[in-house]
Amino acid sequence: MKEELVIKAVIDNLDDVNFFIHKSIEQFDISKRTLMQLDLVVEEIFVNIASYAYSPNTGLVKILLETEVEPLSISLTFIDSGVPYNPLEKSDPDVNLSADDRQIGGLGIFLTKKLVNNMSYQFVGGQNVLQLTKSLQR
Amino acid sequence: MEIQKQLENTTLTVALVGRLDAVTAMELDKELKASLEGVKELIFDLAKLDYIASAGLRILLKYQKLMDKNGNEMKIKNVKVEVKEVLDMTGFSDFLNIIDSKVKKLSIEF
Repeated sequence: MKEELVIKAVIDNLDDVNFFIHKSIEQFDISKRTLMQLDLVVEEIFVNIASYAYSPNTGLVKILLETEVEPLSISLTFIDSGVPYNPLEKSDPDVNLSADDRQIGGLGIFLTKKLVNNMSYQFVGGQNVLQLTKSLQR
Repeated sequence: MEIQKQLENTTLTVALVGRLDAVTAMELDKELKASLEGVKELIFDLAKLDYIASAGLRILLKYQKLMDKNGNEMKIKNVKVEVKEVLDMTGFSDFLNIIDSKVKKLSIEF
């Protein structure tokens, strides 16, 4: 099954993005825990694009959603025409530091990488194309 | 998300209900900024918090640093398993003062 959403990349649209994802997978009755992990991944990527891709202006993001059954998985592709940015090149934050030594930031992509099965990035035709795959537990 | 505040002497308890995401984290930041005057102990009651993203973690870290800096205390209580998992993955469980949590550390599964 394939679905597509084109939406303005602004943080206030996060609920609409979640609604699109939830509606597209509601038939699979996936576990609460998996849904929370998926929401987290989607939020981190979307908020990143909303915050940085077109700053200080705004622009659109296209989200392609594809699901596969047996085994059940979801593939999401985020496409924007903002500044080239490869989140996979970002180094992971040190998660062993105390509160004092912690930097505010870098956690979103770190969490995303941990919670997906596969993630790839390409800059093609002036667009950032970030694709990720996650298996879904019922 | 709903933010319920209760001030008792110098202890402020903030109960969060719903989802702490990029949108609601900004609201929480505003609320806290306006409520910390004279507070020596800040307690987050997360019994009804179902979801936390990195924007929410940033708020927890920001106020942990602020309370530490002023020699005050911050505590987190009643953390749900879904939220605890995110705190564990990011190492936040190690420096946050999480009290009376019955949730054990989880391994990451897909």
